[in-house]
Amino acid sequence: MSPSASTDTPAAPADRPRALRLAKLLLSEYFVLVLCVVYVAAIYPFVPEILTWQVASNILGDMMPLLVVAIGQTFVLIIAGIDLSITAIISMAAVVGASVMTGTNGYLSGSAVAVPAAILAMLAVGVAVGAINGLSVVRLNMPSFIVTLATRMFFAGLAIWYVTFHSTSSSIADLPASFTAFATGSVLGVPYTVALAFAIGVAAHVLLSRTQFGRWVYAVGANPAAARISGVPVGRTIMLTFLISGACASVAAMMYASRMQTGSPIAGENILLDVIGAVVIGGTSLFGGKGKIVWTVFGVLFLLLIDTSMKLLGSSLFMIYIIKGGVILLAATVDTFRHHLLVNR
Amino acid sequence: MATLLEVEGLTKSFFGVTVLHGVGFSVEKGKALGLVGENGSGKSTSMNILGGIHQPSAGSMRLDGVPYAPASPKEATAAGIAFIHQELNLFPNLTIEENLFIDSFPHRGVLPFINRARIRRQTEELLSQVDLPHRPSTPVSKLSQGERQLVEIAKALSRNARLIIFDEPTTSLTRPEVERLFAIIARLKARGIGIIYISHALEDVMAVCDDITVLRDGHVAGSAARGEIDVQRIIALMVGRSIDAIYPERSVKPKDDVVLSVSGLSQPGVAKDIGFEIRAGEVVGLAGLMGSGRSELARMLFGLDRFARGEIRIDGKPLVDPTPATAMAAGVAFLTEDRRGEGLIMDFTIAENMVLASLPTVAGALGLIDRGRISAVAADMGRAMHLSTTKVDDTLVKHLSGGNQQKVVIGKWLRRRPRLFILDEPTRGIDVGAKQEVYRIVNGLVEAGSAVLLISSEIEELIGLSDRILTISRGELTGSFARGDFDREAIMTAATGLAGATEMRA
Repeated sequence: MSPSASTDTPAAPADRPRALRLAKLLLSEYFVLVLCVVYVAAIYPFVPEILTWQVASNILGDMMPLLVVAIGQTFVLIIAGIDLSITAIISMAAVVGASVMTGTNGYLSGSAVAVPAAILAMLAVGVAVGAINGLSVVRLNMPSFIVTLATRMFFAGLAIWYVTFHSTSSSIADLPASFTAFATGSVLGVPYTVALAFAIGVAAHVLLSRTQFGRWVYAVGANPAAARISGVPVGRTIMLTFLISGACASVAAMMYASRMQTGSPIAGENILLDVIGAVVIGGTSLFGGKGKIVWTVFGVLFLLLIDTSMKLLGSSLFMIYIIKGGVILLAATVDTFRHHLLVNR
Repeated sequence: MATLLEVEGLTKSFFGVTVLHGVGFSVEKGKALGLVGENGSGKSTSMNILGGIHQPSAGSMRLDGVPYAPASPKEATAAGIAFIHQELNLFPNLTIEENLFIDSFPHRGVLPFINRARIRRQTEELLSQVDLPHRPSTPVSKLSQGERQLVEIAKALSRNARLIIFDEPTTSLTRPEVERLFAIIARLKARGIGIIYISHALEDVMAVCDDITVLRDGHVAGSAARGEIDVQRIIALMVGRSIDAIYPERSVKPKDDVVLSVSGLSQPGVAKDIGFEIRAGEVVGLAGLMGSGRSELARMLFGLDRFARGEIRIDGKPLVDPTPATAMAAGVAFLTEDRRGEGLIMDFTIAENMVLASLPTVAGALGLIDRGRISAVAADMGRAMHLSTTKVDDTLVKHLSGGNQQKVVIGKWLRRRPRLFILDEPTRGIDVGAKQEVYRIVNGLVEAGSAVLLISSEIEELIGLSDRILTISRGELTGSFARGDFDREAIMTAATGLAGATEMRA
């Protein structure tokens, strides 16, 4: 009998089936999804609007940029890192992209390639900041918390300064209609944003669960020393997760900019903790080695359900913060409990 | 002498599975009891009951004649029971004195300030009792593994321990440190303290213990005083059968083609002009003390550590600036001495660990990983390794015994069909049965034409398995012995670097 397998306290025989069923539910992949359903059922009598098409599509619209950023964050969290720079990337990418394509003194105002060039510029910003983050972590051995905290401040400030060269107001407006149509248009009834986020989600899921790179990500997160000895290119893997996170933030910047029809240096400024909270609620571990894209999808959904239902109930902003804080704390507690169950399985 | 601890009819079940069946033993005051058995024989459970972590389902214990039934580790400590664990429970970032008094700093009267002078005085006295010539203010991180163990013993003494339990105390010690530990244990015994000594190193058990109790499958398989039993008999009791040949016969001789050739390998402070060759089908043993450069040499060959000068050739092709990836591509495999820290990902399943070093072989269409194939190859390898479980997809390696964990590491590398397998302490901390399995696998490997570099602290193991033994001391090869003239004493002498270098025959 190994000590680790024998440390749990046996439940009384009569309680065991129920305890087991509870344990099984807690350990299930779809635990957070079940939580979402339960939550909607519980809140429905108070806000029946929550199940209307209007509200549901609003939730979906709000969810997409958050989801895309959270997907990128999931990669970084699995390698036991954290990317705090995502909101600064969103701001920077939004203003750089807007400065390229805006009709008022843009670099490529009126040009046919303005929109594609702007999109490339936004992606380039995300990848560049991701590269700075990744190189600092891999080459200089700096903790990702500090690196991304620094790049976050730097680029958040830079984004605001950048706007002063391109606009007299606090953001860059007058974006081409073909770009803003992205937020409103749809294909076969599915909004473009949803289709794009879905595609990114599927790609990320396959990448993590079915490719060699995905296995490397989990291995590096769980034990970098063992991964290195097994021939895993640890540095390159870490680097790639930051590039992915940066690129995902750029995509979110496109979604925000096209929805707000302006390149704002404070776009997405407030979503950082929502993103990290949602990923963790989903079940991805802050200690690395554990996480899934579907978990993240459920986590984002759950957080937005709370957000929306509270708004519908007429709660004030501080109330929403209090409730969200409580839920994230609860999620962390449940995660610890789940971990305990897994260890003693 | 009076009996210190008397354990009778100790029985324990978890979820209806009985893991201890009426185990009984006793420890005399001032004597040492050796507790031996394979992993899973019930040693840990017995000790966990003794330490108050578990409560027995049945049975009784008496300490100094008084019934003893600890409900928590705290009660066990208060009763005078101390554990010296394999993994030491010290805070490396704190000083020796802070470690000793971490749970009960003496205060200055009613004031909440620590009475430094008193701590220092008591610590100095405790350190002199365990022969540790360090100042109380030395940070524990500056101490060697053996010195840290002495701090643990001092900690036990500071709590007036009556019974001290040593769990595999010698695995990470150098030989001189082991000798010093044994001297301290003798001194503890002279003070009337009882000792329980748990180890897989049976020679050590025979050297330290006055009585020996062998556990097997939760039963006492036998008990005897030291004079009435020998190592062969202990092994027979442990495994339930007699092991005639621990080291299996090998049917092939080394071939002529050279697999590994190293020349002029140097790195300041670590390696000095190291050169040797290993042929196909040959096992070369590397003997050296801890810190001699033996593990560092292995790490350089596998591209984990850099070297300043020198050349490594695998099958004649030079390996320039190796990284683990290029070394692996050239056919090198490396089993590290730190199984838990570097060899395995403890939170991964058996199957996930098994394929980690050979992922492209389990990829299907579009390069996507094929989970079905992972299960299949892992199950096959598990059977070939005689793993204890067939549930390779559901079992996390952290739930396996040390021996089975090591089989997973070996299986992971065998999937790559290595030309050169570097084994650094492959049998450390695993039981006799699993050791034999490892030896069998090594033999299979060389019979298939691979070359093996075997690093081990157990000289018997090197002698039993190697075709040739090299000795290393302070980063320099100091001797080479062919199988015909293996001589325990001479190898040890060369490995400690005491004698002049034996003539090289590499």
